Amino acid sequence: MLPVVKLVAQRIALGVLLLFATSILIFVGTLILPGDVAQAILGQSATPQSLANLREEMGLNDPAWLRYFQWLGGVLQGDLGTSLSNGRDIATQIGARLGNTLFLAFWAAIVAVPLAIFLGLLAVRYRDRWPDKLISGFTLASISLPEFFLGYVLIFFFAVKWRWFPSVATIYDSMSFGQKLDAIVLPAAVLTLVILAHMMRMTRAAILNVMQSAYIETAELKGLTTFDVIRKHAFPNAIAPIVNVVMLNLAYLVVGVVVVEVVFVYPGMGQYLVDHVSKRDVPVVQACGLIFAAVYIGLNMTADIVSILANPRLRHPK
Amino acid sequence: MKNIPLAALIGLFFTGLYFLAAILAPLLAPYGMAQIVGDVWEPSSSRHWLGTDSIGRDLLSRMIYGGRTTIFIATAATLLSFFTGSVLGLIAAVIGGWVDQLLSRFIDLIMSIPTLIFALVVLSVMPVTIPILILVMGLLDSTRVFRLARAVAVDINVMDFVEAAKLRGEGRIWVIFREILPNALSPLVAEMGLRFIFAVLFVSTLSFLGLGVQPPQADWGGIVKENKDGIVYGIPAALIPAVAIATLAISVNLVADWVLNRTTSLKGGRG
Amino acid sequence: MSDDTFLRVRDLKIGATAYPPGEPPKWIEIVHGVSFDLEKGKVLGLIGESGAGKSTIGLAALGYGRGGVDISGGEVWVNGRNILASGMRDLRRLRGAEVTYVSQSAAASFNPAKKLMEQVIEASVRHGRFSKSKAEKRAVELFAKLGLPDPETIGNRYPHQVSGGQLQRVMTAMALCPQPDLVVFDEPTTALDVTTQIDVLKAIKEAIADTGVAAIYITHDLAVVAQVADDIMVLRMGEKVEYGTTDQIINAPQEDYTRALVSVRSIRHEEKHPTDEPVLSVQNITARYRGTSFDVLHDVSVDVYPGQTLAVVGESGSGKSTLARVITGLLPPRDGQIEFTGRTLSPALEGRTREDLRELQMIYQMADVAMNPRHTVGTIIGRPLEFYFGLKGAAKKKRIKELLDEIEMGEGFLDRYPAELSGGQKQRVCIARALAAKPKLIICDEVTSALDPLVADGILKLLLNLQKSENVAYLFITHDIATVRAIADSIAVMYQGRVQRYGVKSTVLAPPFDDYTDLLLSSVPEMELGWLEEVVEHRRMTSAGN
Repeated sequence: MLPVVKLVAQRIALGVLLLFATSILIFVGTLILPGDVAQAILGQSATPQSLANLREEMGLNDPAWLRYFQWLGGVLQGDLGTSLSNGRDIATQIGARLGNTLFLAFWAAIVAVPLAIFLGLLAVRYRDRWPDKLISGFTLASISLPEFFLGYVLIFFFAVKWRWFPSVATIYDSMSFGQKLDAIVLPAAVLTLVILAHMMRMTRAAILNVMQSAYIETAELKGLTTFDVIRKHAFPNAIAPIVNVVMLNLAYLVVGVVVVEVVFVYPGMGQYLVDHVSKRDVPVVQACGLIFAAVYIGLNMTADIVSILANPRLRHPK
Repeated sequence: MKNIPLAALIGLFFTGLYFLAAILAPLLAPYGMAQIVGDVWEPSSSRHWLGTDSIGRDLLSRMIYGGRTTIFIATAATLLSFFTGSVLGLIAAVIGGWVDQLLSRFIDLIMSIPTLIFALVVLSVMPVTIPILILVMGLLDSTRVFRLARAVAVDINVMDFVEAAKLRGEGRIWVIFREILPNALSPLVAEMGLRFIFAVLFVSTLSFLGLGVQPPQADWGGIVKENKDGIVYGIPAALIPAVAIATLAISVNLVADWVLNRTTSLKGGRG
Repeated sequence: MSDDTFLRVRDLKIGATAYPPGEPPKWIEIVHGVSFDLEKGKVLGLIGESGAGKSTIGLAALGYGRGGVDISGGEVWVNGRNILASGMRDLRRLRGAEVTYVSQSAAASFNPAKKLMEQVIEASVRHGRFSKSKAEKRAVELFAKLGLPDPETIGNRYPHQVSGGQLQRVMTAMALCPQPDLVVFDEPTTALDVTTQIDVLKAIKEAIADTGVAAIYITHDLAVVAQVADDIMVLRMGEKVEYGTTDQIINAPQEDYTRALVSVRSIRHEEKHPTDEPVLSVQNITARYRGTSFDVLHDVSVDVYPGQTLAVVGESGSGKSTLARVITGLLPPRDGQIEFTGRTLSPALEGRTREDLRELQMIYQMADVAMNPRHTVGTIIGRPLEFYFGLKGAAKKKRIKELLDEIEMGEGFLDRYPAELSGGQKQRVCIARALAAKPKLIICDEVTSALDPLVADGILKLLLNLQKSENVAYLFITHDIATVRAIADSIAVMYQGRVQRYGVKSTVLAPPFDDYTDLLLSSVPEMELGWLEEVVEHRRMTSAGN
């Protein structure tokens, strides 16, 4: 069991290290501007006095590394700072919105993951026949479409023309669970479509890879039924690559959610981030950027750990 | 060139069409880019083929000028990402050692943040101008080109024919440009198509979020943003640029697919 | 046809649909009407070079077409039923019960996620041949019979926990476990080292005899099949060339092609003795790969004389290819030095002069990856001429044509790409590229082991002729003793990174032997009936004597 434990520990350590490096990168990313944050906020017409005041208020006169550690120290204690645009605590503002975003992403994933695996299996089963071709055509179309296009097409038909669902996905705490679900049908559908194609294509590739192994031929030459070949020999080996595919696509979902929230005016993290980028509210952008990156890194790490755990060579060393 | 499959021909035709329209925009557009010529959201007519937009500008003219901006930015960003990524990737693969380690780990780090999120962080403090957009998009996307170029070159670099060239005493320049590059070119060219699509989608997304090309300058993502409020009144103006983005992306994809298939069948055997 | 005939194949035709780009799909026939019979308890050898269709025919006995292959005509009768006319249900009942299969690569053929025992008894239990406990008991017996270590517990291991030679035997046990009527062995020993091959071969032969099953034994090596088969069918490009008893095929072949296969490696080469000064002198080389903590070469010293061949022979992992990397400068040694044409070579490639590089050339095992697929034959051969001698234009072209003539190919190949050449032609172009540098020594790394025997023979003859005309020395790395016998002047036997035995050919190949050389030499199958039994007997005697 030892090598597995060691590899998993190494991967987790790498994830933590990556997260720290990412925080530096995000911090440095907001430093590389001509002039500084104060200039950017107040614009070209600002008086030197107001600039100096703002710099003092934001602590911009301290060296960058000191500000980084102050920021990081705060983040580690759950203090994400205060927003420049409205002076409110970022952590409390993000709290509710993060919940909303996870709610949306969760339901998109619940639909997309089983559907993608099912369609991926279908594509393998009818390889090079019309269901496979249809699926790969759909994949091509889907990676060529911007998320907002899908969003507005769905709104145009389902909300405006046929009036089945609301065009704006507003949700608030007093809504019942059912009302919330009804509100997020369209954005969840867009997200599902966005990741479905990728996930399907990768699932298909992962299963095909297993199905072409020599041990599948061995199983067929033992006279097993197709069902048994898949259940006993293909599935145990395909599960790890499929989980991997799912994790990578959930990471992709993180990006899709930003645009979809803007399209549907959904009160989540993505909308919050985009709003404050245009307001040049640096502390909010840094906090949101760090949270998105953390989720993304976490999912990628989970994908790697699953691959390690599923490898029989590592689980049963010589 | 006789055996081009139908799908690739269609792709080539539309790709060519869009690029031509982008280059000849001032000659083709019936009205000026920011000229107000009619009412708000007029339906399509013989005077305005695609109708007018949210403040009464001719939508067809906006689309043609917008295509010019979008395609220009995407092309420039693709070229930048391509040049930076493939040069660094080939260097990392051939030199190896700590140069490779340093470059690869740095790229890993940048790629551990989703591209859109990183772009938003940077754009929150940068003035949003077209050169800055090209720079940010091009550099962020070069990470993907780097990975591909490096992976392909590393595979080729360990092949016996490269070893044979090294044993012959050939210099690095010969090894990179005469032995490795000719064999790495086809996957890289196919990737270029995908990178271009990504750039089109990316710049459109940024403009749609209001963080890309700034009005009154037209671009496809921006036109969607300007006209999105019409959707709830059943006015499909916002869908038109979206259709343009999708058809351009699909066309380029068809061409890239064909290039990749054609060149892999040529390669034969391993590699 | 006797009553014992339980497998009857008549006019078997097998093909596949090819999809050439830009053209309509077309049907390509791989096997063109082959017929044979097999009685109970007999072994039929199917032999031929790659592309002969032998594996395809073997799998047809299970009604199976690998990849896109389809059985398009003929009859395959097993136990009185034409299995090609029966449905999928009947085929499933046949596979894994009446007919079983042993593949070339057992390592890939076992499911990596399941224990061996579960896989070995799966077919027996599934088809109701034995209960689970009975099947397990039977498997343990078979493990013991096949000479596997710890037969009681080896079934609890996972495939990656067992060596390649052992896995091949486990797979044989898996095939025998359901008590089938027929086992198809598809090159079961090809992927193994020669000293391992003999144990597996012996185990298979005894298991066949003990259980009384019939077998189809597929291989490209006539000497191997001669040890196990009762009858042999020689195949070439999907067609039967000759079909007879093993004795007749080996000792009295009727067809030219069979005669060529039997007499392959019949090159006679008079050994030359060391002359004045060696062209290459490897002195006390010790080497290890970067980042590892053990030496792959220990104190290796050998000499190569001008115009002569030193064969370095050993099994995988013996360090023979590492030696080539050290000599070429790709892996600088930890200790020792290399003298070449009287001067001491820089240990690393970077420190060598262009003259050093020119005089020391190399030819690789896989010719298709040793040439840049984007360069023409003309460019490939022309580049060393340009690089070392500054030849250009007409002078270069003239020299390329001369070289093409020397390798018996002609100037028609000048503008061809490697992908348009056959395996043998590719290796010839690589030889021409090495010759173009006018080298004093060429390192040949397993240059014939990826080729079919007849093609390999042609390459060896060419190398010997070139040695005479160009007076070039070879350092010939190989695992194949037959090749060594054919071309060497001196031999170095390598084992675990050390030179085990070294000297002129006649001394090295004559007794008294050290233990390893004895094992290695006696493991090489010889083309005579009863050789396997003799070797096994010989080994039993020697081990009893100790």
